[in-house]
Amino acid sequence: MQLALTPDERAVQDVFVAFFTNESPPEIVRAAEPLGFDAELWAKLAATGAPSMALPESVGGGGADLAALAVVVEEAGRTLAPVPLIEHAIALRLAHAADLDATTLAAIASSNRIAAIALRPAVGGTAGLVPAGAVADVILVLDGTDLVLAEVPAPAHAPANTAAAPLADRPLGGAKVLATGAKAARLIARARAEWFALTATEAAAMGRQVLQLGVDYVMERTQFGVPVGSFQAVQHGLADASVRIEGATLLAQRAVWALDADRPEANELAAMAHLFCCDAAQQAAAASMQFHGGYGYAEEYDVQLYYRRVKGRMLLPGSPGSQYQALADDLLGPVSGGAS
Amino acid sequence: MDFAFPPHAEAFRTEVREFLAANITPETLDVSDGTIHDWDLHQKMAAKGWLSGAVPEELIPPDLGGGDRDLLEMAVLIEELQLAGAPADGLGVAVCVASMVLELGNDFLKETVAGPLLRGEVLASFGYSEPESGSDVAAAQTKAARDGDHWVINGQKMWTTLAHEAAFVILLTRTNAEVPKHKGLTMFLVPLDAPGIEIQPVWTMGTERSNATFYDDVRIGDEWRIGEVDGGWAVMKAALKYERGIAGGQFPSAPLLDAAITYCRTTTDADGRLLIDDPTVREQLVRARIDIEVCRGFAYKTAWMAAQGDFFGVEGSMTKLFASESYKQHAHWILDLMGPEGLLQHGADAAPLGGSIEEHWRHAPVTTIYGGTSQITRNLVAEQHLGLPRARR
Ligand SMILES: Cc1cc2nc3c(=O)[nH]c(=O)nc-3n(C[C@H](O)[C@H](O)[C@H](O)COP(=O)(O)OP(=O)(O)OC[C@H]3O[C@@H](n4cnc5c(N)ncnc54)[C@H](O)[C@@H]3O)c2cc1C
Repeated sequence: MQLALTPDERAVQDVFVAFFTNESPPEIVRAAEPLGFDAELWAKLAATGAPSMALPESVGGGGADLAALAVVVEEAGRTLAPVPLIEHAIALRLAHAADLDATTLAAIASSNRIAAIALRPAVGGTAGLVPAGAVADVILVLDGTDLVLAEVPAPAHAPANTAAAPLADRPLGGAKVLATGAKAARLIARARAEWFALTATEAAAMGRQVLQLGVDYVMERTQFGVPVGSFQAVQHGLADASVRIEGATLLAQRAVWALDADRPEANELAAMAHLFCCDAAQQAAAASMQFHGGYGYAEEYDVQLYYRRVKGRMLLPGSPGSQYQALADDLLGPVSGGAS
Repeated sequence: MDFAFPPHAEAFRTEVREFLAANITPETLDVSDGTIHDWDLHQKMAAKGWLSGAVPEELIPPDLGGGDRDLLEMAVLIEELQLAGAPADGLGVAVCVASMVLELGNDFLKETVAGPLLRGEVLASFGYSEPESGSDVAAAQTKAARDGDHWVINGQKMWTTLAHEAAFVILLTRTNAEVPKHKGLTMFLVPLDAPGIEIQPVWTMGTERSNATFYDDVRIGDEWRIGEVDGGWAVMKAALKYERGIAGGQFPSAPLLDAAITYCRTTTDADGRLLIDDPTVREQLVRARIDIEVCRGFAYKTAWMAAQGDFFGVEGSMTKLFASESYKQHAHWILDLMGPEGLLQHGADAAPLGGSIEEHWRHAPVTTIYGGTSQITRNLVAEQHLGLPRARR
C-alpha cells in the first residue's frame, strides 16, 4: 500500500504543472473554441513525449504506466488544455495491444498525428461522434465484431457542441481489421476502461480546479460588508462539493492502479470512477457557478468553460443511464427475464 | 500508487473473515434489545488479542499481550466487521478509551481501565454530550470540584450510550467557570458503580438504546483524572483522533446493499418481473455500490495515513460525512423499492429478511447526527480543507 505519488511521478508532475500553466492559460483555451483543439499546443505537448509516454519503449514510447500518464492528464484537465491527450494515448495503447505492426505504430506515435478511439461501436459503417474525431487521422473502433483501424484525413471541424469538444462522425471506408470476435471485444473493453479511468482523472481535476475558482472568488467578493465565503450556506455548498471531489480523486486513482496492476475488478472500477468523477465535477462546477453569482454565468469568467466541458466528459460514452445499466450487467449479472 | 494491502494484512483479512463466518449468527446480529454490542463476539475477539492488536507495545501493561498487529491490519479488521454488519459499538468505544488511557493516563488508569477494556472484560462509554450542549461540546456544565485529593462531580450527561453495559464513563467536566470555555474543562474516567450515579434509558427511533446519566455528589480520587486539570480539551482532541480511527462509520451501506440485492433477486413486482431486472432498481443498486467504493477509497486513505504516522483529521471527517449521508440516501432508495412490504418490522412474520432493511432505514438518520453532525462536519471541511473563514453563525 502506497497512496502518495512516487518521486518519479512527482517529477513528472512538476514538469507538467509548469507546462500546462504556461502553455494552456484560459486565453489559449478560449481561442481554441469552438473546435476545442490547438495544433500548436499539441505539437509542443508531442515534443515532451507525453502523448506516447504510456507505450512501450520498443515501439517508440516512453514505457510509462497509466499512473504516470494520469499525472499529466490531471494537469491537462486542471487547465482545460485543448488537446486530445487521453484519446490519443489510449488509441496508441489499443493499437499496440492489437498487434498493429511496429512501423505503422511508430509512425503514428512519433509524429504530430493523432489517433483516437470510438467509445461506441460503429453503425452502418460510421463511427458516431467520436471523441477527438474531428482532429484524428487514425480511428480505432469496433465495427460489428471486428476491431478496425481507419486512416482517413481528419475533417478538422466539429459540429457545434456545448463541450467545445473536437468530436465528429467518422466514416470508416477501407478500414483495416486488427482483431476479431472475443479478442476484439476484450481489447476494446480494456481500452474503454482506460479511457474511463483517465477521463475520470481528468474530470476530477477539472472539478477540483473549478471548485478552487469558487473558493478564491468567495474569499474576494464581499456583500453585506463581509466576504461571501463567510456565509455558512456558501461554505456548506462548497464543502459538500469538495468532499465529493476528494472521494472522486481517490476512486479515479484506484481505477488507474487497478488497470496498471491488471486487477480483476479494474474495468468495473474504471466505469464506476467515470460516472462518479464526472458527477462530482458537475456538482463542483454547479456550486462554483452558483457562488460566483451572476458573474459566474458571464462568458468572461472561466467557470462556464469548466461547466460545459465537464458535461462533455460525462456524455461522450453514452447517457449516464446507459452507463449505469452497462455497469449493472457487470456487477449484478445480465437481466435474466425470469421470475422467482 | 498501490491500493493493495500488504500480504500479511490480506492474510489477516482471511483469518478475520473465517472467524466472523464462524461466529456471527442471527443471534449476534439481533440488536433488538437496543445495545449494538455482543459480549460473546467481543470476548472472543479480545481473546484473540485483536482489541489490543494495534496498541503500541511500549504502552501495553505487561500482563496484557497484544500489540502485534499493525494499523493496516486493524483497518482490515474494522472493514470486515462493518461489511459483516457485526454489532461493534462496544468494541469501538472500548478500544478508543483504552488507547486514550494508554496515551495520556497514569499507571493506575492503565491497570484499572485500559487492561480490563482490552482484555474484553468490561466496556466503557462516552460522557461528552449534555442536555444543553451537544455540538458545542466544550460548553459542558457538569461540574467537578476539588476536595483535597478527591473530586466531587455533579451534573447530567445526555446520550451516554452503552453506560448500562459499561464499567466506566469517560467524563468531560467543568472545573473552571472563570476562563474561556475550552480552558476550564477536565476529563475523568468514572467507575459507573460509584455511589451517586443514576442511569436512565433513552429510547430512540432506531434499534439503539442510549442513556441519560446523572451525577449527584459522586466522589472519586484524583487518580481517576486523565490529562491535566483544566486540560480536558487536549484529551478531547486525542479522543476524537482515536474515535475517527476505530469507530468506523466507513461502510454502513455495505450490509444494507447486500440485503437489498438478496431481496431484489428473490422478489417480483406486480407484473411478475424480478426486481433485480428492473432498470430503475439496477441503477440505484449500482449507484449505492459506487458510493461504497468511494467510501473504500476514503477508508484506505485514512488507514494508510494512520499507518504512516500521519494524523488524519479532516480526511476522517470527510469519510464520516460522505459515508453517513450516502447511507441515509441508500436506505431511502432501498426501502422505497420494497413498497408496503418495506414497512414490515422485525417480528412480523412476512417482514422481508427479518426486517433488516427497515432497521437500516431507521438507524441511518442517527449516523448524520452523532459523532459530529453533518453541519458541524461541513464547518470543519470548509475551515480546515478549503481554508474559508470561521462562518458567520
Ligand atoms: C443515538 C445517539 C447516541 C449518542 N451517543 C453518544 C455518546 O455515546 N456519547 C456522547 O457524548 N454523545 C452521544 N450522542 C450525542 C451526539 O454526539 C449529539 O447528539 C450531537 O453531537 C449533536 O448534538 P445535539 O444533539 O445537542 O444537537 P445540537 O448541537 O443542539 O444541534 C441541533 C442542530 O443544529 C445544528 N448546529 C449546531 N451547531 C451548529 C453550527 N455551529 N453550525 C451549523 N449547524 C449547527 C446541528 O447540526 C443540528 O442539526 C449520541 C446521540 C444519539 C442520537
